[in-house]
Amino acid sequence: MADATEVHGNISPGFGGLSRSKAALVLVAVAVALTLLRYAGLLPDALFRVPEAMVPPFAIWLDAIFNFVKDDLGLLAVTRTLTEGLEWILDATANLLFGKRRWPNLGPIPWTSIAAVAAVIGYYLGGWRMALLAGGTFVWTALIGQWKIAMETMSVLVVAAPLAFVIGLTLGILAWRKPWVNRALKPILSVLQTLPFFTYLLPAVIFFKVGPTAGAVATTIYAIPPMILMTTLGLQKVSPEVVEAGEMSGCSRWQLLRHVYIPSARTEILVGVNQVIMLCLAMVVLTAFIGMPGLGAKLLAMMGSFKLGRSFEIGVTIVLLAVTLDRMSKAWVVKQPEHFEKGTPWWKRHLTLVLAVGLFVFFIIVSQFVEVAATIGRKQNFSQGKEIDTLIKGFLNIDAVKAVTGFLRAFLNVQVLIPFRNFLLSIPTPALILLVTAFALWLGGRKQAILAAVFFSLVALSGWWDRSVITLYSVISAVALAMIIGLPLGIWAARTERWSKRILLVCDTAQTFPSFVYLIPAIMLFGITDIAVIFSILIFAMVPLTRYTIEGLRSVPEEMTEAADMSGATRMQKLINVQLPLALPTMAVGFNQAIMFAFFMVIIAAFIGTQDLGQELQRTLAGTDLGKNFVLGICVSLMALTFDLTILKWASDQKKALGLGD
Amino acid sequence: MNRFTTALATGVLALAPLSALAADSSDPIVIPVHNWSSQIVMSNVVGQIFEEMGNNVEYVTTDSQAVYESVRLGDVTLELEVWEGAFGASFRAALEKGGLHDAGDHNAVTREDWWYPMWTKEACPGLPSWEALNDCAAVFATAETGDKGRYLDGPVDWLKHGQERVEALGMDFVVVNAGSAAALWAEIGAAEADKRPVVVFNWTPNFAEAVWPGEFVEFPEWVDGCDKDPAVGPNPDALYDCGNPAKGYLKKAAWDGMEEKWPAAYATLTKISFTNAQIAEMAKLVDIDEMEPEEAAEAWLEDNADVWQPWLGNS
Repeated sequence: MADATEVHGNISPGFGGLSRSKAALVLVAVAVALTLLRYAGLLPDALFRVPEAMVPPFAIWLDAIFNFVKDDLGLLAVTRTLTEGLEWILDATANLLFGKRRWPNLGPIPWTSIAAVAAVIGYYLGGWRMALLAGGTFVWTALIGQWKIAMETMSVLVVAAPLAFVIGLTLGILAWRKPWVNRALKPILSVLQTLPFFTYLLPAVIFFKVGPTAGAVATTIYAIPPMILMTTLGLQKVSPEVVEAGEMSGCSRWQLLRHVYIPSARTEILVGVNQVIMLCLAMVVLTAFIGMPGLGAKLLAMMGSFKLGRSFEIGVTIVLLAVTLDRMSKAWVVKQPEHFEKGTPWWKRHLTLVLAVGLFVFFIIVSQFVEVAATIGRKQNFSQGKEIDTLIKGFLNIDAVKAVTGFLRAFLNVQVLIPFRNFLLSIPTPALILLVTAFALWLGGRKQAILAAVFFSLVALSGWWDRSVITLYSVISAVALAMIIGLPLGIWAARTERWSKRILLVCDTAQTFPSFVYLIPAIMLFGITDIAVIFSILIFAMVPLTRYTIEGLRSVPEEMTEAADMSGATRMQKLINVQLPLALPTMAVGFNQAIMFAFFMVIIAAFIGTQDLGQELQRTLAGTDLGKNFVLGICVSLMALTFDLTILKWASDQKKALGLGD
Repeated sequence: MNRFTTALATGVLALAPLSALAADSSDPIVIPVHNWSSQIVMSNVVGQIFEEMGNNVEYVTTDSQAVYESVRLGDVTLELEVWEGAFGASFRAALEKGGLHDAGDHNAVTREDWWYPMWTKEACPGLPSWEALNDCAAVFATAETGDKGRYLDGPVDWLKHGQERVEALGMDFVVVNAGSAAALWAEIGAAEADKRPVVVFNWTPNFAEAVWPGEFVEFPEWVDGCDKDPAVGPNPDALYDCGNPAKGYLKKAAWDGMEEKWPAAYATLTKISFTNAQIAEMAKLVDIDEMEPEEAAEAWLEDNADVWQPWLGNS
């Protein structure tokens, strides 16, 4: 890392570290003093909140810039040309998968063929169990009556995911080759990842035409960043010996890349692929707002008419697809290339391929004669929508459940959350900026502190301070609650291999299960209150906390725990003095992700009903306030970035101090 | 194939000489689909009419507010349900920017106002009068609102002015904004179990009428200018001291280029007009009878040939 020397200067125990925390304390003291002054009524209003007259017209400026780039620089013409090409590809996949009347006019492929091929690939990658999972997922989708909508979704994903892969790989290689590309990409990627979804929505529609094209572009953009990061990471790790061997055998630069670097970085690149697939599936519902067809659109329609059961079933399909693709791509990571003896016949070397093609053709022929093998109609499926409806409503109506939610609502909401929100709102703007700066200084360092101060000052200048504070309040409350529940759960699960696996599966499910589905039960449980909002963020934020706690604890080197056992530590002592400190950097990464997820989800929670930036963003969707939309989006992004930069810096400092490497 | 196609074929054949004059482009007409049933079925009904006229049709799912930007750009050809209350503002803003225009009203009228499910009347027998509602405000109290009642308003982007009305009429209610239609249903659904009294924002025509019978609260009647002139309405010093218009419009909107590109389809579009009962019927086919929207549209077209066939004419 470029700033390694600076890092060491800061974390070395002694004067440097001490002065940093002292400086942070001073900042906190000033902030407290300012707040007390305000309470005493001595602080002038101009210091409490930025006066309206001083707010620069950012929205108007951004609108002008946007229009300039769009029309005068001709970006719109460029993207619209790209859109036509993309549309052609999407039409082709749409024809193959669900029979849209476009070139090549061959589709739709019968569901039995697709399920069979999925099962064969599953078998090749992970044996019978994987075959069952892959085949089973597609059979479920067909039987439950969602085949067509699932294929509508897939027709976009099979384009978006490879696109994200290719772009991510290319940019990753460039970033590895040319340091300046890396430096330029990093901030762009950070902003892209933290910008709220509602801010993507309108530009995507304007530049890429509402419909599958805009859906594909939004999905691709969302899925690219981890691919870039993993590619660069993998290439950097390639050992010099391998490269030397390649050079000695006279490889050209291209050959070196193709035959030496990329195969050596295979594992990281495939992890990137896995991330791409998961992120693509995470976008299925949100992109329905800009014309993505299929599961997401159906889910929104079902929720619009209060059909909980059927939306739940769609959620299950999305999770099954995600888990299948996740497991298959992970199995691919582990699977090393097979090698055959010379002279092995062709069909033996490509047995899987032969089998897949054979079954594919077989079922296409079968479906010519047996209609059920081709398509399953609405009336033949096994959807249990109504029954699930009754179940969910029955559960929500159990007296014990109602008592608990009633208590939570009366206690947590009225006694804890609302006073906390009012307290945050009562802090003068400069004082809150100082507090955040102190936090960044104490945890990260001087650079982080300066960025925090600048970022939050910009938020203050945007004129949306109160709403930003309410957004922050939801995030902090949700992450705090997620820690109270998620950390002990992770620590407990990490004790055994079996429970680790089970809880990780729960994490996968919670992460890919469309959040929209549990917005409704959250409202039914808690009404339209802050609790419902925080509850829905909580589910999402707990996932990375628990996951990284488990992974951090389980990757503590065995020598360390053995040493602790030998020195006679009790289980508690071992946990507190050995395992947790070593797992802390990894857990910090989880904590960081939890905050990022919370910032993502808090905006989605506008669909429940909030009074924060999300609500204002929702108001701008009509398309008339593009500038305001950007300002609000950037506010969210700036706040999220402050935490992102600070916590990641701390985590990498800790790792270095513990000698754990990257 | 079935009665419906036969009926269509006769209809189209009879008009063939007329429609031959104006050949529609073979590019697909893009119809937007949102997330409520009546609109989805209506889009399919109109789409199938266009298809039988020989046009290509494509459906695209979009957000119901952001769609006007797409109609303006011509990415989406038309919009079949422009509600005065919920989308009037977005529609007017897009009109001003140019690129789309008003393609006529439906026969249906829309009403959007404070509403309660029938069981609420047991706890507050004086309803539907707004004064009676205010007298039993305490019945609608929640943990967060203290002894005031809670009124659940529509999402902020629907611009419903619930807060202003509460202040103008001096009501003991706290206004909470739901974030989406789904959030409103969730609240009513949760209240249904133990027949808890609730008062929420609702509208007609809507599937909810069939699931939860209910009534609108009767506020002082809407008078023109109630939203602009404080003197209008019972409170001489405040705006929004009336109920919403009981007969709001339901419009169709079209992209400016549609008339030139698909003249026949455009002519039909301007004639299309559904009534409240027809819209409710379409919603019912999907919401209660559990049909898929395409099937529901086919079924509706089959049963209502006399309604839509006149729209095909060039008269």
